[in-house]
Amino acid sequence: MSPAASPSAPTTTAPNDENTVLALSNVTKTYPGTPPVHAIRGVGLDIRSGELVAIVGPSGSGKSTLLHVIGTLDRATSGTVSVAGYDVDDLNDKQLSSLRSRHIGFVFQQFFLLAGETALDNVADGLLYTGMPLSHRRVLAEHALDQVGLAHRTSHEATKLSGGERQRVAIARALIGSPDIILADEPTGNLDSKSGEDVVRLIESLNADGTTIVVITHDHQIASRFPRRVSLLDGEIVEDIRIAVSGDLR
Amino acid sequence: MKASLEPSRLAPADMMRASLIGLRTRRLRSILSGLGIVIGIAAMVGVLGLSESSKSELLAQLDQLGTNMLRIEAGSGIGIGTGELPEDSTVMVSRVGPVEQVASISETGASVYRTDLVPEGQTGGITVKAVDANLLATLQGQMESGIFLDEAATDLPVVVLGAVAAERLGVTDGAGGTVVWLGDDWFSVVGVMDTLDLSPDLDRAALVSYSTAEEFLDHGGVPSTIYVRSDPDDIDIVRSVLPATVNPESPDEVEVTRPSDALEAKEAADQAFTNLLLGLGAVALLVGGVGIANVMVISVLERRGEIGLRRALGATKGHISIQFLGESLILATLGGLGGVALGGAVTAAYAWSQGWDVLIPAVAIIGGMGAALIIGVIAGLYPAMRAARVSPTEALRTL
Repeated sequence: MSPAASPSAPTTTAPNDENTVLALSNVTKTYPGTPPVHAIRGVGLDIRSGELVAIVGPSGSGKSTLLHVIGTLDRATSGTVSVAGYDVDDLNDKQLSSLRSRHIGFVFQQFFLLAGETALDNVADGLLYTGMPLSHRRVLAEHALDQVGLAHRTSHEATKLSGGERQRVAIARALIGSPDIILADEPTGNLDSKSGEDVVRLIESLNADGTTIVVITHDHQIASRFPRRVSLLDGEIVEDIRIAVSGDLR
Repeated sequence: MKASLEPSRLAPADMMRASLIGLRTRRLRSILSGLGIVIGIAAMVGVLGLSESSKSELLAQLDQLGTNMLRIEAGSGIGIGTGELPEDSTVMVSRVGPVEQVASISETGASVYRTDLVPEGQTGGITVKAVDANLLATLQGQMESGIFLDEAATDLPVVVLGAVAAERLGVTDGAGGTVVWLGDDWFSVVGVMDTLDLSPDLDRAALVSYSTAEEFLDHGGVPSTIYVRSDPDDIDIVRSVLPATVNPESPDEVEVTRPSDALEAKEAADQAFTNLLLGLGAVALLVGGVGIANVMVISVLERRGEIGLRRALGATKGHISIQFLGESLILATLGGLGGVALGGAVTAAYAWSQGWDVLIPAVAIIGGMGAALIIGVIAGLYPAMRAARVSPTEALRTL
């Protein structure tokens, strides 16, 4: 696998081995139109199991498109994408759904919790499309809620919790099936600074327990706290920095 | 390359739960949109139930009156005889094997008045007929008060009034010894009959015996109408031989009818009306279906975020469309159940108020539920396809 960056950018990427959970090679996504919009261009990126990566960039830099391509919600126009060892190009729509249900967890800025359901059932929905019985999923959901520090909120209606708690429920939902990778799209975007800080700490602690997490953010301050930072600009990777210990690089 | 992926699966119980979410979280809207189906199904069940209940009432009536009665009349009109039957026709008819009872009626042409002071011509539409003593039994009629003409009173100036005739003459009690002016004599009223469903013309008649008619009205015994009760199994055979039996010379001048046919014709007319109401119910159902489709389309637009989330959680397009189709089906099923219950309740209440047996045909219940399910599928199909087509990336950009 080639280094993932434009030639001018300083990059360090992991080799493609069995620990690689995500491998992008020369991926482009172009939206048709006049003129066509090149949302991402020639992106190469390898993420290994256990990594905590921030993909950071300003609005319009192609972050969300990259997240959708990585999350198999959208297909790349060219290049290859491999998630959890599966080459996305070889999979049809149903297989992609299956890949998402078992190998990818999502966390969104808007939480997307289901109204009228308890926190426990919202978390249990993380494995809804695996066919696992509800009773079994609830047991796992309880454990996941415990992991995010919400064991005391299991029977509360999820949409009535505070913003920070709602995002933690959403993280528990992404976590429940122990996916190969969790993709978090601006997880602190809708939160106040205190709740945002709590969520970042939670992400760090989950990563410390071995969970692979990719956080997409426009916030350089948050990105700078993570051990690996991939900067996007105009659809291209301009920087891919990996440090041994988390901290402010500036 | 890794082993092949296990397909995404949604357990049936979870499918049900997913389909109920929209209904649970938007209760008022769900109830209102289901109401269209409730009204449509209730209308159809109610119409069928009421029609069936009234039909059972009619059948009970027919059963009581019997369908084995025939009415023989002289054909009337230009070139079709005199309006009278041959004198010995009653005897001839009684000789036909399966005939059980025969009673004849003869128009006397006389008039009846409350008193002799009432101007001539103000008859109130009441005719005076000479009849056989067994007429009431043949018609299976009932007396409202008093007694019918019996053998003992055959040549006395006594009269029995039909229900309408008694009302018009102001006679309330047939046993009260009221006298009326009939022909040129005072006649005692000895009885008033109940209404006769099979021969309503007798309701507006004053009846005297043949011998009384001869004695007081100078009327010969030529019958104009003969009522025949026959063995029910042979009714068609009897009917076919009667014209030639009554008038061998010109059978064409004899008209044989079955009075119960008139009631059955009434039932047929009711049926036509029922069909019209059923059509209206179907229109209501269609409108209800459009209402559900409308609400479902709006729901799909509002719930794009949820659709995006579900796709991210691993739902296939099929799972999404099944969820919305299920929602529409549940809504229509609940509407159908509500409609059947409401229609049944309306039928029961009305039938009870009319003193009918409550009869809700199974076809109304099964058909009503079936129609609701079909409407649910049709109404949900387009929104479900639309939901499945929502691009997950677009959906997740919502808000």
